[in-house]
Amino acid sequence: MDIFVQQLFNGLTLGAVYAVVALGYTMVYGIIQLINFAHGEVVMIGAMVAFTAINMLAPAGLPPVVVVLIGMGCAIPVCMLVGYAMERLAYRPLRRAPRLAPLITAIGVSIILQHLAMLVWSRNVLAFPQIIPIQTYTVLGATVTQVQLAIVGLCVLMMAGLAALVYRTRLGTAMRATAQNPQVAGLMGVDINRVIAFTFIIGAALGAVAGVMVGTYYGVAQYTMGSILGLKAFAAAVLGGIGNIPGAMVGGLLLGVVEALGAGYIGELTDLCHLSGLSTWLSERCQADGHFILFGSNYQDVFAFVVLILVLVIRPSGLLGERVGDRS
Amino acid sequence: MKDWRKQPAIVWAGFGLIALVLLLLPFALVQVGAAWVRITNFAILYILLALGLNIVVGFAGLLDLGYIAFYAVGAYAYALLAGPHFGLHLPFWIVLPIGAAIAAIFGILLGAPTLKLRGDYLAIVTLGFGEIVRIFLNNLSRPVNITNGPQGLARIDPFRLGGIDFSGPSSLAGVTLIGSMKYYYLLLVVMLALIVINVRIQNSRIGRAWEAIREDEVAARAMGINTTHMKLLAFAMGATFGGVAGGMFSAIQGFISPESFVLVESVMVVSMVVLGGMGNIWGVILGALLLSFVPEILRWTVEPAQHALFGRMLIEPEVIRMLIFGLALVLIMLFRPAGLLPSAVRKRELTQPVP
Repeated sequence: MDIFVQQLFNGLTLGAVYAVVALGYTMVYGIIQLINFAHGEVVMIGAMVAFTAINMLAPAGLPPVVVVLIGMGCAIPVCMLVGYAMERLAYRPLRRAPRLAPLITAIGVSIILQHLAMLVWSRNVLAFPQIIPIQTYTVLGATVTQVQLAIVGLCVLMMAGLAALVYRTRLGTAMRATAQNPQVAGLMGVDINRVIAFTFIIGAALGAVAGVMVGTYYGVAQYTMGSILGLKAFAAAVLGGIGNIPGAMVGGLLLGVVEALGAGYIGELTDLCHLSGLSTWLSERCQADGHFILFGSNYQDVFAFVVLILVLVIRPSGLLGERVGDRS
Repeated sequence: MKDWRKQPAIVWAGFGLIALVLLLLPFALVQVGAAWVRITNFAILYILLALGLNIVVGFAGLLDLGYIAFYAVGAYAYALLAGPHFGLHLPFWIVLPIGAAIAAIFGILLGAPTLKLRGDYLAIVTLGFGEIVRIFLNNLSRPVNITNGPQGLARIDPFRLGGIDFSGPSSLAGVTLIGSMKYYYLLLVVMLALIVINVRIQNSRIGRAWEAIREDEVAARAMGINTTHMKLLAFAMGATFGGVAGGMFSAIQGFISPESFVLVESVMVVSMVVLGGMGNIWGVILGALLLSFVPEILRWTVEPAQHALFGRMLIEPEVIRMLIFGLALVLIMLFRPAGLLPSAVRKRELTQPVP
């Protein structure tokens, strides 16, 4: 039971981050039906920029919260710029092209960003300086750190802010109108190019914060961190129903929990020693070792993809998504 | 202007010339350096992969971003059945077909659940599939050691035919052939076979069915095409090509590890197909040749150039290669979305606006 609660908390923390990254995917997809493969790299750039700033400020003796906030403050504008540039230079000219073209462009952009980051920050891992004294709380028999609480709190705050933006402001109305029908929205006086650019910029800003959070959580950042994180977040977006903003939030949290619980339990579930009565060879091995685990927690990364494939096969529109039309 | 393609004498002379060049190429390359024969071999391997992926992406229009998984399956099948890991040393003419068959089964395994998916959803699922295969290869070393994990499998048997061992030098009628040259000729034969299969299949009933599915699946089904079978066939055939290429990679390299089958490799093969021109066999071959030779040429020029200019190496050639890669993908989609040598159908499709 303790393990269950513990993994649940870990999963929720990670899930909150996935949700915020997934929002970046889902907003862009909702408006221009593009899988922005490079979004994961934006998250990575956010983490790298913030870590550079944090490492520079760490010896200054400022309170850790201020240092992290300044790091975020540096990361957000950089990522916004990257997001805008990529929309303007790579995706906008292709808006009327066949669907495969922007997808391949997105892969290209992702490769470029990743290797530019490598040029800037080298292959080395950037470490988060030891400035935050970790405080732990015990809840229901599980340990939670204040970093985890801050991450979840910040994610909830950002999601609420985004929801307010999308459903309560003029820009949000324009975004939703563009998502429904760009041509008609244009006729109604919405500047579509501006709205799409804003969508990228907002998604990139969210991604920057997510990058800082995931970096702080794991304590490291590297130029390769974006691709797997991006894929998982995309899986989360699909799980919730791509193009659907509440869906991305639900999908992210769910994926995080599934992943954490899966990693926590798969070893025990696939321990063949439970069946040791069935064959003498097995019982002999189990006597010697105690465990005969088929799949251990090192298969953690598989869960996101299995979930993704299952969702797409069983319910292609995701948990909260509407039926999507025939897109090819 | 008289159409030279209509004159048989010129056409046959052209074929003869190409054949002569291909036959003598390794001898010329060896003069430059034995490494270039190996580089050429890897270029041919990429051509095999690109031809296989071209069936899936170019002919049937199913974007597969996990194609390298089939290459991995073929490579591991060969390494396990003809290597010291399990102590099996089967000859290559048994192992290669087995590897190809296993890869084809994986192709169907991937294809069957994803039949309903299209476009970018399919791309993402195939990408996930590729990653899953790689994660398994990385971790299937416990509790029973099958793949030997990240360390990979070493001392894989080279090809042996009769008394000839492909790994070392041997002389034939007074001409000395080093190992990579023998592999070159073998690869050349396999490549020609795959090209013939590709060309023949493109205009066959199957090829036309794929084209119909690519253009409009609903209409294709209405015309009586069994889209399920055809799509599975495309996946299976593409995977078979990948499996064959993987087996040959295993034998040539003598060592494989999951490192060789990462996502970037899939993206690279997709780039080759896209760069050259999806659906056009000659375009795809051109794309594979460009993307495998240009980085090598860069490696041989950029490093000395940097040493000469700055006195040390500022940017690794690998990074430059990847940057050029990414940039090429973006620029080609912007300016030549149909690739360098577009197929006739694609050309028509892309020059007309989307309704």
